[in-house]
Amino acid sequence: MNILIQNGRVVDPANAIDEALDLLVSDGTIARFGKAGTIKPAGAQVVDAKGKVVVPGLLDMHVHLREPGSEYKETISTGTAAAKAGGFTSVCSMPNTNPVNDSRSVTEFILSQAQREAVARVFPIGAITKGSRGAELAEIGELYDAGCVAITDDGKPVMNGAMMRRAMEYATIFDIPVISHCEDMSLAGKGVMNEGFVSTELGLNGIPGAAEEVMVARDVALAEFVGCRLHIAHVSSAGSVRVIREAKQRGIKVTAETCPHYFSLTEEAVRGYNTLAKMNPPLRTAEDRGAIRDGLRDGTLDVIATDHAPHGMDEKSVEFDYAPFGIVGLETAVGLTLKLVNEGVLTFEGAVRALSLNPAKALTINKGTLSVGADADITIIDLDQEWVVDASQFKSKSRNTPFGGWKLKGRAMETIVGGVL
Amino acid sequence: MALASKDLLGIQGMTADEIGLILDTASSFKDVSERDIKKVPSLRGKTVINLFYEASTRTRTSFELAGKRLSADVLNIATSTSSVAKGETLLDTARNIEAMKCDILILRHFCSGAPEFLASRLTSSIINGGDGFHEHPTQALLDMYTIREKRGRIEGLTVTIVGDIAHSRVARSNIYGLNTMGAEIRICGPATMMPRDIERLGAKKYHDMDQAVEGADVIMMLRLQLERQATGLFPGVREYARLYGLSRERLSRAKQDALVMHPGPINRGVEISSDVADGTSVILDQVTNGVAVRMAVMFLLSGGAKGD
Amino acid sequence: MSMKEKALILDKAGIDRALTRIAHEILEKNKGAKDLALIGIQRGGVHLANRLADKIKGIEGVTAPVGSLDITMYRDDLATRTSQPVPKTTEITFDVQGKEIILVDDVFFTGRTIRAALNSIMDYGRPQRIQLAVLVDRGHRELPIRADFIGKNLPTSSQEQVEVMLAEDGVDEKVVIVEE
Repeated sequence: MNILIQNGRVVDPANAIDEALDLLVSDGTIARFGKAGTIKPAGAQVVDAKGKVVVPGLLDMHVHLREPGSEYKETISTGTAAAKAGGFTSVCSMPNTNPVNDSRSVTEFILSQAQREAVARVFPIGAITKGSRGAELAEIGELYDAGCVAITDDGKPVMNGAMMRRAMEYATIFDIPVISHCEDMSLAGKGVMNEGFVSTELGLNGIPGAAEEVMVARDVALAEFVGCRLHIAHVSSAGSVRVIREAKQRGIKVTAETCPHYFSLTEEAVRGYNTLAKMNPPLRTAEDRGAIRDGLRDGTLDVIATDHAPHGMDEKSVEFDYAPFGIVGLETAVGLTLKLVNEGVLTFEGAVRALSLNPAKALTINKGTLSVGADADITIIDLDQEWVVDASQFKSKSRNTPFGGWKLKGRAMETIVGGVL
Repeated sequence: MALASKDLLGIQGMTADEIGLILDTASSFKDVSERDIKKVPSLRGKTVINLFYEASTRTRTSFELAGKRLSADVLNIATSTSSVAKGETLLDTARNIEAMKCDILILRHFCSGAPEFLASRLTSSIINGGDGFHEHPTQALLDMYTIREKRGRIEGLTVTIVGDIAHSRVARSNIYGLNTMGAEIRICGPATMMPRDIERLGAKKYHDMDQAVEGADVIMMLRLQLERQATGLFPGVREYARLYGLSRERLSRAKQDALVMHPGPINRGVEISSDVADGTSVILDQVTNGVAVRMAVMFLLSGGAKGD
Repeated sequence: MSMKEKALILDKAGIDRALTRIAHEILEKNKGAKDLALIGIQRGGVHLANRLADKIKGIEGVTAPVGSLDITMYRDDLATRTSQPVPKTTEITFDVQGKEIILVDDVFFTGRTIRAALNSIMDYGRPQRIQLAVLVDRGHRELPIRADFIGKNLPTSSQEQVEVMLAEDGVDEKVVIVEE
């Protein structure tokens, strides 16, 4: 089937394209570009993108789809529906499911389930250690073979430095990145929010920025020593940005992501014991938020990922200490990122890179481009549409967002996955 | 004049007028406890429930007596296990209690913010009986009452609070209240027990206790949780007592008639020496005044159409 | 809401004459001042009780103890009020046990205040007898309570308010009817 996307502005950072072009999709791949009105195929379905922007399908490399194990929070079906609604054509599924994705059978389950039910592409990420318990390496070769594109024990750090070193060494065999959840557990302790003035006032146990920073520093040093590809997940603190910036300047193979909440919110959002603002790493200070924005601006932080972490509202309607960490993010990421563009922190092209090309490069998967011949994964964004975040309208099974009621400008209008509208 | 909220969740945000109203009301109720018949009918027919997730004989007894002296029906629910372990959420437990028509719910909980969490979801008046290391408003009120009773004023006094400030809801509530009432506050303790940016709440920080008590009008000692030694907050009781214990010698640096206070229960010979505790301290006056202050709070919260 | 004075009921001299008469009546009815004690209801009643005690001393040469009573904690309308009054002092320094108590109030209206005062006094002990002295009885009783000594009977409508202004509060002394 053919789809003709007409009258749009095409922005494809990989090919340095930013102009008004029509785009023809044929049999699930990108067939050709042409000046507006020059492509006239017979029988193509026409999508009018007038006034809209056509970009490579967005890729969220940090998503908790919860299946298998916690299907009451999210499933591969609902999670990818949320992705599609939010403009993402691909998501990476984190391995902290139940059972943990530390074996071929779990990876194959995820992929076969995705084949049956997913409306966006699913790239599984495998565990670093068995059960993500940090004690023994998972069978990384088998995970790679089954289709995992990276490894991580996300949700937990690999506290043992020697274990992390071995994982990094092992990952070099397959040339896949090691994604590090940077958190020194002994420093984080019983913390439930950032350690600072607000935690002092609320009387909540704090997680210092240093708990993240020392682990970023450790992993950067190990990556340099080992020579592996390191990706730092969910960067939240100014100190982490500094360490990563310096590492990149020295040519270490490190990429890094942050999440919309870290550039949109601060620890102030926790006031009132708002469990919807509880996530790990925690929301930090205005100074940290500024550093995150600077990191995005100068490219220290390559990737915007959501760390989409669905939880039932019942689980969040408890004492702050008992609420689980995490918020959903797939359906608000584009709007929040465009807010950064409107505020002049990122160019639109930079935003597209951070949401598509850069995560694809970090994972070395062939995504994030509109090159002719590539999979027709395309997102069409309306930059002008103003909308109000209403969690009750989410496609996700969960509603745990701190952004309810936010007025945002710009959202994905059409998400085409493999040439399917 | 009335309190602004249906609940008493904390001292933070209360006005001097509101605190003054509670303290003034408490003086009348103090007289009730000194009579032969220690009971007035103000809360006749009202139901007061003490929901305590954290063991505390003193505070629960004080609230219970306060409720009974106001003629309310008082019920105690003590649960040492967390709601999570019990399999029922705090909200469900509280909703069940409310379904039995309770007017005032006093919640003591080891999680900061638990009273605020319930207050926004229930129509009963919630009184914070101490939450985590957030606030303990009735303790601060009885402390302020005691200071005012003994000194005739709070404004202009120098109050030194000594101990584990980081893990103290008593310290936080007192810092808010005493600031609002015009006292000058010094806080003192080891650096490991000072929470980040605490000075921003309006207190001067000291690590040297001799300096901190110099010329003070009031010295408020906090209880040392001995089990915190295991988490590296202090090296041992001996050193703690030497650096941060209130001895007679150290007390002599304060104003001659300085008040020595302690929310109890005291660790004799650790944060306070026995001769100071038994000698000049007003620790038992604090306990007496606690009942009056809690009567005043319940009285003020139970009046008036809700939501005024 | 501004209140305006509608009628002057008693002036300073009128109040004094009424109190003098009540003092005589009390002594007559109780055959002297033995075991007599006065308890005024905050605030106006306290001033009047003190004055009656002075007069009794002048007539009989006996000092009867005077107490003050605040009935806020005994009110029956706490739940329906929009804000709580701050209770004033209750100060009864003598033992009420076995006493001939003269309860004193300024205006006698529904009887609810007196009901609360009676309950309150009982919590201090068991007097031999309680009698009620009021400066003005304006009617509209809601409880079966009557006064033993009345300064002035004053038929009023329920919209009207009776105000007793006493010199102790730093105002011109008089009793007036006011209305919106």
